[in-house]
Amino acid sequence: MSVCTFTLKTLLKHKVDASPLTPDHLNGKSLADIEKQTLSYGGQIVPAHALFDIRGSDTQHIIFQGDCSQLDYIGANMRSGSITVEGSTGAFAACSMRGGLLNIHGNTGDFLGAGFEGSRKGMLGGTIILKGNAGDRVGDQMRRGLILIEGNVGDYCASRMIAGTIGVLGSVGDYVGFGMRRGTLLLRQQPALTATMQDCGTHTLPFLRLLAKSFADLDTAFEDLELSRARRFVGDAANSGNGEILVLTA
Amino acid sequence: MQINGIHIDDTFAEAFNMRGTRVIITAQNHTWAYHAANAMTGFATSVIGCGVEAGIEREMTADETPDGRPGVAVLMFAMGSKVLMQQLETRMGQCILTCPTAAAFAGLISEDMISLGKHLRFFGDGYQTSKLIGGKRYWRIPVMDGEFLTEETTGMVRAIGGGNFLILASSQPAALAAAETAIEAMKRVPNVIMPFPGGVVRSGSKVGSKYKTMFASTNDAFCPTLKGVVNSELSPEIESVMEIVIDGLSFEDIAHAMKVGIEAICALGTDSGVKRISAGNYGGKLGPHLFKLHEILKGSAA
Repeated sequence: MSVCTFTLKTLLKHKVDASPLTPDHLNGKSLADIEKQTLSYGGQIVPAHALFDIRGSDTQHIIFQGDCSQLDYIGANMRSGSITVEGSTGAFAACSMRGGLLNIHGNTGDFLGAGFEGSRKGMLGGTIILKGNAGDRVGDQMRRGLILIEGNVGDYCASRMIAGTIGVLGSVGDYVGFGMRRGTLLLRQQPALTATMQDCGTHTLPFLRLLAKSFADLDTAFEDLELSRARRFVGDAANSGNGEILVLTA
Repeated sequence: MQINGIHIDDTFAEAFNMRGTRVIITAQNHTWAYHAANAMTGFATSVIGCGVEAGIEREMTADETPDGRPGVAVLMFAMGSKVLMQQLETRMGQCILTCPTAAAFAGLISEDMISLGKHLRFFGDGYQTSKLIGGKRYWRIPVMDGEFLTEETTGMVRAIGGGNFLILASSQPAALAAAETAIEAMKRVPNVIMPFPGGVVRSGSKVGSKYKTMFASTNDAFCPTLKGVVNSELSPEIESVMEIVIDGLSFEDIAHAMKVGIEAICALGTDSGVKRISAGNYGGKLGPHLFKLHEILKGSAA
C-alpha cells in the first residue's frame, strides 16, 4: 500500500476544515470514499476531490502537499498513524490530538496542540514535530504529549498548560507560560518572563537524559541537543501553578 | 556419579513458586549505585524472616541503563505478589529514595506491572512531577540533592526460589573456599541471585522442630557435630557443610546456575577437601520444582 497523499489542486482562497482527513477518520475507506469525503471550504461543503488530487490507499500515513496554509485543524482528534505536511498549515493544527505523529515541514498558525474552542483541555497525547515557526498559544491547555518546534513561536506559548512537554529551539514571544499549571516547556533561549514565573536556579536534571534518548528516535534537530543542565522557572504563580520552563544551559 | 573425584549424590533440590521482580538502580557512579543496591537487598536472605529474598544480579555499564549512568540490576523474590509489592515499596522508600544520586527503573516488563515509584511520589508533597517519556511514566521527586527520578512501575513475573546444593568437605575452610569459587562462577549467570551472605548459607534448615513455636530448625542430618547422635547424612571424613541457595526467574536459569556452580567446585578436584555434593529437599512433598543433580550435570534437566 502506498502512502495516502493529498495534493492541493489550486491556491485556496478560503479556510478549509481539514479535521476529517486523519488516519483514524479515513481508516478502512476506499480511495473513492476518501474522494467523496466532504470538507468545509469557506461557506461551502465540497468533496475532497474538488480541492485535492488524492493518491494512495495507506490511510495510516497521510501526506499533504502544496500550500496548506489555509488548512485548519489538520490532525484534529488524531489518535494514531502519521500525518506529514510538506508545507505550512493554518491554525489549530493537532487540535485535541490524542496519539500518533504530526510532522509539519513549514510553519503553522495559532493554537498548535490546543483544544477545540470552548474545550477545557488541549492536546491529549501524541507527538508534533514542527520544522518552522508557530503562531500564538502553542499548547494552550495541553494535557499530555510532546510538541517539538525547531523555529520560533508567538505569544502565550504553553498558556494554561496542564501537562506534557513542549520544546522550542527558536525564540518565544511574550507571556510565556501564562496561567501554566503543570507540564514542561523546554527552551534554548532565555525568554522574557512575567513576574509570576519563579526562578529556581540552574540544575542538572536526571530526567533530561531520558528525554534526550527519546528524541533520538524522532526526525528532529532536538536529537542534537545537549540535555543535562537547565535553569528552572516555576509557575504560573498567579494561579498556584507548578509548571516549569527549563532554559537549557551548557 | 563422580566428577573429578568428587561424589555427586543422586538426589534433588526442591524449590517453590515465587513472584519475582527486577529493578535497575543507577547513580552518579558504581560506588553509589552499589550503596543503594546493597541497602535495598540488605536483610533479604530468606522469606522466612525477611519477607523477600533479594540480591544484586549484575553490574550494568552506563550504556546499558535507561538514563545512561552506571548501575546495577537487583532481583527480588517473595512468596506472593502482595508481599513483594509491600517490600518493594518499603525498600524503595528507605533505600533508594534516600541514597544520594540514585534513580530506579523497571528491569522487567510484564502484564502485571507493580508499583515502583507510584506511591513514593507523594513524598514530593505536591511538588512531584510526572513525565511520560517514550510511553513510560516517570516521577520526578524534589529532594535535597536535586531530583529523585523513578519509573512508576516495574514488571512482576512468576519465578522460582529455593534451588540449592550442599558442599560437603573435610574442613570448614575447605567447604567455604569451594563455596566462594562456586559463587564467583554463578555471579556471571543472568536471571539468578544467591540471597544469603556472600551467597552462602551455613544454617540449612529442615521443616519443623521439637519446639512448637518453630516451623523450621537446624538441618541436623547435615550438622557435622551431631554425626553420632542423629540419623546423619555425613560420613566420618566430612567436617563442614555449606549450602548455596538460588532464586531465579525460571527453572532453566536456576538449573544452569547450579550446573555452573557445581562444575566450578568439581574443577578444584579432591585436593580442595571437597568430598561430596548433595542437595536439600523435603522428600519432594512440598515444592513443585525438583532439581535433580545428576540430570542437571548431564545437561538433561528441563
